[in-house]
Amino acid sequence: MRLDPWVLATILAMAATTYLNRAGGYWLFRTFSPPPIVRQMLAYIPGALFVSYVVPKLVAGGPEEWAGAFVTILAMKATGNLAVTILAGTGAAWAVWALA
Amino acid sequence: MSRARPRFSRAAIRAGAIATLPLYVGVIPFALVCGVQSQAHGLSMLEAALMSAVVYAGSAQLLALEHWGPVAPLVGAAIATFVVNLRLALMGPLLAPWLDRVRGWRLWGSLFLMADQTWALSLAEQKGGRWDAGYLFGGGVAMWVVWLVGTVAGHALGAALQLPPGHPLFFTALAVFIAILVPMWRGRGDLLPWAVAAVAALVLYRLLPGTSWYVAGGALAGAAAGVMRDRGASRAA
Repeated sequence: MRLDPWVLATILAMAATTYLNRAGGYWLFRTFSPPPIVRQMLAYIPGALFVSYVVPKLVAGGPEEWAGAFVTILAMKATGNLAVTILAGTGAAWAVWALA
Repeated sequence: MSRARPRFSRAAIRAGAIATLPLYVGVIPFALVCGVQSQAHGLSMLEAALMSAVVYAGSAQLLALEHWGPVAPLVGAAIATFVVNLRLALMGPLLAPWLDRVRGWRLWGSLFLMADQTWALSLAEQKGGRWDAGYLFGGGVAMWVVWLVGTVAGHALGAALQLPPGHPLFFTALAVFIAILVPMWRGRGDLLPWAVAAVAALVLYRLLPGTSWYVAGGALAGAAAGVMRDRGASRAA
């Protein structure tokens, strides 16, 4: 099976920059104990990060994404079960898409 | 005291792997799409599998593939991958209470396998008072296998799996992140940082299309807003 050296080099470069982030953030924090303000910020990162992920996609999306998001939130609040929630949300998005 | 707490137990590795099962509803279509895209952009199955195995970051892989030409875009792909994955640098330090307790491959391997979803599951587990980095590792291994097999399957099925861009199946990836977000809401105190994150992310998404600065930028802006509010409040008190 083909393995082009230039493609291989590109894949390895992508792997290196990805791992630099995965391990580098943790390593930096461990090596240089950051000031308290940075540690306080870290506590807000999880929510802010996933909000930043989701909101632009929803704004760029249409009725099926909005319906899907709405049902996803309701299902997660009601069941707390990830599988049920993802299926319900995707089902709602699919239903709106099929009707449109 | 900490000696009584397992650092990297087999039970936690298994629990972490089992916890990822519901995520596959979102991960499998994503992996298939990634495989289809690699095939469409001329990668061999071996190259597609290798990329998923060593990069193991879906959004970065998809972005790189979008700009893939007859010659692999080494510098562009490396920079794009770095930018998309900046968020991972913010995520690692939050798992320090677990990671500081392990060394060698248990530490650096767990970090290699850290993905958005397993990271969120591990944070919830950490909040529940559990101390075992094996949970992150086990979830990571399970997701890595699913990601790799899904990519290869997508490549094999190739054109037969071609979905139109607006197909609702793509919503599963977004649904995973929305679902993960729901239990992260801690109350009204989160309103300001979340709103600032949303606005900053939207602005960056518009200003820098085709990149992913908006994720790391929005996260940093929201977190900074939360801390400034807290500091202002404690000074006023």
